[in-house]
Amino acid sequence: MLGKSIILAALIAVTTGFISGASAAPSKTFVYCSEASPSTFNPQLATDGPTFNASAYTVYNRLLEFERGGTKILPSLAEKWETSKDGKTVTFKLRKGVQFQTTSTFKPTRAFNADDVLFTFFRMMKKDHPYNKVNGGIYEYFDSMEMGKLIKSIDKVDEHTVKFSLAQPDAPFLANMAMAFASILSAEYGEQLLKAKTPEKLDLEPVGTGPFVFKSYKKDSEIRFDANPNYFEGKSAIEKLVFAITKEPTVRIQKLKRGECSLIAEPPPADIKALRADPKLQVMEEAGLNVGYLAFNVEKAPFDKVDVRRAVAHALNRAAYLDAIYLGNATLAKNPIPPSMWSYNDKVVDYNYDIAKAKELLAKAGLANGFEATLWWIPVSRPYNPNGKKMAEMMQADLAKVGIKVNLVSFEWAAYLEKARKGEHQMILMGWIGDNGDPDNFLNMLLSCGAAKTGSNYSRWCDKGFEKLIDDAKVTPDQKKRSALYSDAQKIFKNEAPWVTLAHAKMYRAMDKNVDGFKISPFGTDSFYGVSLK
Amino acid sequence: MIAYLLKRLGIAIPTLLGVTIVVFALIRMIPGDPILNLLGERGASEEAYAEMRAQFGLDQPITTQYWLYLKGVVGGDLGTSIISRQPVAREFAERFPATLELGLCALVLSILVGIPLGVLAAVKRNSVFDYTLMTTSLVGYSMPIFWWGLILILFFSVRLGWTPVSGRLDLAYEVPAWSGFLLLDVWKTPEAWPAFQSALSHLILPAIALGTIPLAIVARMTRSSMLEVLGEDYMRTARAKGLSRGRIIFVHGLRNALVPVITVIGLMAGSIVTGAVLTETIFSWPGIGRWLVESVLARDYPVVQSAILLIALIVIAVNFVVDIAYAWANPRLRGAK
Repeated sequence: MLGKSIILAALIAVTTGFISGASAAPSKTFVYCSEASPSTFNPQLATDGPTFNASAYTVYNRLLEFERGGTKILPSLAEKWETSKDGKTVTFKLRKGVQFQTTSTFKPTRAFNADDVLFTFFRMMKKDHPYNKVNGGIYEYFDSMEMGKLIKSIDKVDEHTVKFSLAQPDAPFLANMAMAFASILSAEYGEQLLKAKTPEKLDLEPVGTGPFVFKSYKKDSEIRFDANPNYFEGKSAIEKLVFAITKEPTVRIQKLKRGECSLIAEPPPADIKALRADPKLQVMEEAGLNVGYLAFNVEKAPFDKVDVRRAVAHALNRAAYLDAIYLGNATLAKNPIPPSMWSYNDKVVDYNYDIAKAKELLAKAGLANGFEATLWWIPVSRPYNPNGKKMAEMMQADLAKVGIKVNLVSFEWAAYLEKARKGEHQMILMGWIGDNGDPDNFLNMLLSCGAAKTGSNYSRWCDKGFEKLIDDAKVTPDQKKRSALYSDAQKIFKNEAPWVTLAHAKMYRAMDKNVDGFKISPFGTDSFYGVSLK
Repeated sequence: MIAYLLKRLGIAIPTLLGVTIVVFALIRMIPGDPILNLLGERGASEEAYAEMRAQFGLDQPITTQYWLYLKGVVGGDLGTSIISRQPVAREFAERFPATLELGLCALVLSILVGIPLGVLAAVKRNSVFDYTLMTTSLVGYSMPIFWWGLILILFFSVRLGWTPVSGRLDLAYEVPAWSGFLLLDVWKTPEAWPAFQSALSHLILPAIALGTIPLAIVARMTRSSMLEVLGEDYMRTARAKGLSRGRIIFVHGLRNALVPVITVIGLMAGSIVTGAVLTETIFSWPGIGRWLVESVLARDYPVVQSAILLIALIVIAVNFVVDIAYAWANPRLRGAK
C-alpha cells in the first residue's frame, strides 16, 4: 500500500505541478449541473424532464406558457385565444414579428406564423406527414394523451390565426397547449432539412423562438446555449448557458461547493440541511405538484372490500414516514391532488392513525384474525417517494400490529412497471408528478375507469359516481363549476379509499449565492430565462 | 504465421455470431418492456401501446426480430436506439473515444509503471522492496474499483483540491469535436496549453482508478516471468560472456519474459472495458460504459445488442493484435499451424 501511495502521490504531484489555476468560466456563463442527458432535443418525442429543460424551456416556446414558478396559463406565441360556446373550437391569435433563431446552419427568411403551428401539430397527428416517421415516429405525450383523437382538425384562418376543432369539449386543452410537447417548431427549418435530406437534424440541432440558441451538445457531458439576441421578450441576462450533465447527486453537490456549478438539479433530501448551512450557497424550496401513494388493487381480495382498505389507512402511521423517509421535506397528503392545485378540497376528513379503529374495521370485514398480503415497493427514488423500501418496511411493521402479515416485493423499474400494468400486485407504492396543473391530470389520469385499462390507474378502481363527476368536469368550460365537481370527486375518493394518500414532497434546488431570479417550477423542470448572476 | 492468423480470424466469426445470439436472448429474457419504461408511471392505451411497439418492430415474432437484426448487422445497420431514436453506430462512435482515451491511459500507466516494478522486484528477489511490492500489488489487485475511485476523489479532489471532481474538461474551454480524444483536440483551441492541463487533470484520477488492477497484474506477472527467465541457462551464458548487467536484464531477460506479460495485457483489454463501466459511473466520464448500463436499465434492446457486439469485436481485434505481438516476441509460434 505504501509503495502504491508513493507512486500515486508522485504522479499527482508531477501532473498537478502544471495543472494549476484552471481558469474559471466567464462571469456571464451560467452552469446548470443537470441530473441526466436529454434523450433528444425535441420535446414532442419525450416525456423526461432533462429533455424538456434542454429543449422546451430553452430553445422553444409554445402557443401558451405556464407562468414562471406557477401553473397559471399565460399568452406566449399566441397573444389571445377564444373558446367557442360549445367548447369544441379554440381559436388562437398569433403574435406578430417573432423571429426564429439564427444558427450556424439556419437563417430564417420569415417570421413565425400559422404555418409553423400546423407543421408542429401535423407532424404528430398525420401519419403521411413527411416528418411523422422521422426519428422513431413516437410522440409519447401526444399519443398517450390521445390528442390525435381529441383534435379533429387544425385550420389556418389567416397568417396569424389558427383554429383547433375538437371532437368534444375539453377543459384541460388550454393547459395541454402550454405543455412541453406542444413546443412550436419552425416549418421553414423543416423544409430546409428535408431538401438537404437530413430531416433527423430537426430533433438534434433544434431551432425555436425561445430565449436560448442551441450551440453544441457533447454526449453525456455538456450542452451549450447562447442567449437569443432577438428573443421577443427581451434578451436573457445570462449570455452563455451550459448544462453540465452530472448524474451522481453527491458529485453535483461537490461541484456546487467548489463553484463549478451555478445551480444543481435534484439535491438529495438528506443533504438539504448541510447545503443550507453553507454560507456560499442558497437553497430554494417549493411545494411540488406531486403525490406519493399506496394503491390497493381493488380487483384482488381482500382489497375489494372497502372496510379492509379503510382499516389499512387507519393502521399506517403516516406522520412517522414524513420524518423517516422524506426527512421532513414533505407534507402529509389527504387528497390525490396537492393543496396548491385549484379545486383542492380541504374539508375532506382524512383517516387518522388509529389501531383500534383499524381492528374494528377488519372485524367488520370478517378478517378479525388478519390476513396475509403482498406490498410492492417502488425500486427507484422519486421526489414523491425517495426510499420505497424503507417506507414499505415501516408499513410492514405498522400492519403487523393489526394482524396483517405483509410480504415485501419489488422488481427492477422496467419490470415493476410492466407487472403493475398487468395488475399483478395487491398493494403497491406509486406516485405522480403533474404535467399541466389541471386536476384532470391527476384525477382522470390516475383514478378513472379508462386509466384502469391504460395502466396508470394502479388501484384498478372504477367508480361510477366518481367517473361521472370527472367526466362532467372535463367538458365544463367554467372553472368554478369544474372546481365544485372535482371537490365532490375527492370526497368519493376518500370514502372509497382506493389509495392511502401519503405525501406531497417539496422540491428543492441548491445554487450559488450569486444566482438571482430563479423560480422552481411546480412541474419539477428548470428554466433559466429571467435568471441572472449577481 | 499467415495460416495461424487466418485460423484465428476464422474463429472470430462464429464467436461474434454467438455473441449476437446470447445478448439478443439475454436482454429479452429479463422482465421489463422498453415501451412501458419509456412511458413511466403514465402508461398508455392498448392501442397506443401496440402502435409504439410496432414502430420499433417489437410486435414481430422473436425469430423474425433476430433475423432482421442480423440482416441489418451484416449490411452495416446496427439499429436505432429506442431512447434517443438515433442510429446505435453513431451513438457508439460519439462515446467510444472517451472510453478509449481513458482505457489507453490506464493501460499505458499500468505498463509503464508495472513492468519496471516487476523487473526490479525480480532482480531484488526476497528483498524488502520485493515483499512490499508483492503485498501492495495483491491489495491493488483485489481493490473494488467503485470504492477505490471514491477514495481517490475524496482525498485528491475534495480534501486536497488538486484535481477536479468529475467530467473530462473544465467548462470554460470549448473544444471542437475532432478526434474525440480530448488530449489531442484541445490543441485546436486558442488556449491550448491550459486546456490540455485541464483535460489531463480530469483524466488522471479515473486513469489511476481504472489502471490499478491491470498495474498490479502486470507487476506480478512481470516479476514471476522474469524470475523464471533469470534462472535459464542462457542467462548464465550471457553473464559468463561478461555482458553488462543492464544488457543481460533488459535485452536477454526482459524480451523473453515479456511473452506471457503481453498475453495478459491483451486479455486485460476486455477487462478494461468492463472496469470502465464502474469508473465512468464514479467520475461522470461520458463514455460507453455508463451509456450501456443505462441502456440495459431502460431495456433499449437495439443499443444493448449492438453495443455489446461492437465491444466484442474490439476485444477480439485487440486479442488478434496481441497474437501478432506474441508471435513477434516468440518466434517458435510463427511456424505454428
